[in-house]
Amino acid sequence: MVALDIPRLAGEREAQARLTLFVLAAALALAMLLSLSHGASGVSLWSLTLGDAMPARDRLILWEIRLPRMLTGVLVGASLAVAGAVMQGLFRNPLADPGLVGVGAGAGLGAVLAIVLGGLAPLWVAQTLGYHLVPLAAFLGGWASTLVLYRVATRAGRTSVATMLLAGIALGALAGAVTGLLVYIADDRQLRDLTFWGLGSLGGASWPKLMAAGPVMLLALLAAPFLARGLNGLALGEAAAHHIGLPVQRVKSVAILTVAAATGAAVAVAGGIGFIGIVVPHLLRLATGPDHRYLLVNAGLAGATLLLLADLIARSIIAPAELPIGIVTATLGAPVFLWILLRRRGVVDL
Amino acid sequence: MLTAEDIRVSLGKVEVLHGVSAQAQAGEVTVIVGPNGSGKTTLLRALTGDVPYQGRVILNGQDCAGLSAWELAAVRGVLPQAAVLAFPFTVAEVVRLGLTSARHSGRGDLVARALAAVDLAGLAARLYQELSGGQQARVQLARVLVQVWEPMVDGLPRWLLLDEPVASLDIAHQLGVVALMRDYARKGGGVVAVLHDLNLTAMAADRVWLMDQGRLTGQGPVAEVLTDAALERAYGCRFRVGCLPPAGGWFALPQAAGPV
Repeated sequence: MVALDIPRLAGEREAQARLTLFVLAAALALAMLLSLSHGASGVSLWSLTLGDAMPARDRLILWEIRLPRMLTGVLVGASLAVAGAVMQGLFRNPLADPGLVGVGAGAGLGAVLAIVLGGLAPLWVAQTLGYHLVPLAAFLGGWASTLVLYRVATRAGRTSVATMLLAGIALGALAGAVTGLLVYIADDRQLRDLTFWGLGSLGGASWPKLMAAGPVMLLALLAAPFLARGLNGLALGEAAAHHIGLPVQRVKSVAILTVAAATGAAVAVAGGIGFIGIVVPHLLRLATGPDHRYLLVNAGLAGATLLLLADLIARSIIAPAELPIGIVTATLGAPVFLWILLRRRGVVDL
Repeated sequence: MLTAEDIRVSLGKVEVLHGVSAQAQAGEVTVIVGPNGSGKTTLLRALTGDVPYQGRVILNGQDCAGLSAWELAAVRGVLPQAAVLAFPFTVAEVVRLGLTSARHSGRGDLVARALAAVDLAGLAARLYQELSGGQQARVQLARVLVQVWEPMVDGLPRWLLLDEPVASLDIAHQLGVVALMRDYARKGGGVVAVLHDLNLTAMAADRVWLMDQGRLTGQGPVAEVLTDAALERAYGCRFRVGCLPPAGGWFALPQAAGPV
């Protein structure tokens, strides 16, 4: 009886997780189509069927505006959700989110530094890095803040949530202060670039930016599934993870790099978009359990879909003007986050 | 064989283990006993590499310091004193984590057998966080068991290193864990466990290490090491040890303090 019971049970959650994967993949495909076919200009995908008879303006809008924007949305949404899931696994806590604990702010600071002070860099730096400068700086900012956060909040293999959140507040404040200082000395053109960080938007998406930040996000997304076994083991604590045979130090380093790369590149192209990283993994854990072998992939698919839908709302609700997408995700995400806290009350002591 | 050579451990500036050398044999259950703060757990944590130490720990002829996590996990399972778990995994999922680095056949079956061995067969589908403390402790033990399920592999013994495996268990399950340790040793594996209960120790152990103030004050068979005098010295209270007929079961009876 026992022997029959367990495979069935194990199979149940796994089957559910696999089914979810297919549903989410289908949803993402649908969202991608919607994102391509809707927009202020009223150009429809149908004009693609016209072939050569397609108006040049339509072609331009589809290829130069909507396609890079859609692809950026997919990568940014997936990166934010996966970075959240990896960070929560690393910190062994469902409340860890790059946006909440200062990693997003650190990445933002890196980006702002690059925008404002990038002109001061030697010419060869500007020439070699070009569009890569801002994503690279954002990655370094995210990496440094993740590292500091992990050092401060983790002692003897255990992470203190209170310390993590407080350290996150401190990091966020520090990054905010320096960012404020930079805004103060920025010129008008830089200021316009900077405003964009505060709220987050896919409006600035373009092929060159996508080409610069896209590969970084793609790399992080491809690396994440390899962390699944390690993050599952880390749920037992660092010591026990070591004793079941995991290279704990390597898992931690790769996880921190993955979070920094995904968050940094996402922030570099789209600014501060909140709550995707915390809400998506949490809902998926409720639906199909915490096994990272499925969680990480599903989070990527769901994050991409959600961000595309949020972007659709952002650009259609007051069309032809558009809302910053950060406003949409915060409006939808913050209440869900509060609901998570409410449910966990009594279960977790902060 | 598991050999500790001149193990010294310092926490901060204070040395808490002052050069412990001891041996545990495969095919035997070795129990570390001693009063609170005597260094039992610190010694075990040095053997498992969880605290930095000076000296050498030799496992099956190899210095543990030179082995990777993967190599160590293949020959020894470690049960920590305080078991933590993040995220709502089910009991079966937690036990399966023990198979992370395993190379054996019949993996699905192993999880069920390990859960049956710790008397949790019916709870495989439950969420770990919903269980009682004693049940959680048994889930963790099952996780360690699946990792080194076969006590002998390729002629080499495997090891269970258990820090207070019976701490939060009721008496029936304490006896169950004792039986489990005995069974593992009988099949050729090695077991080193920290226990508090001297009578349980007598039932479980082929060999005891008596710790007192960071030093090993005795090692050997129960009846030789745990004498009235040795226990009195270590624990600071009077004991009467003896054997119960007919089977000759060893017991230690602490004497209430008061006029002699």
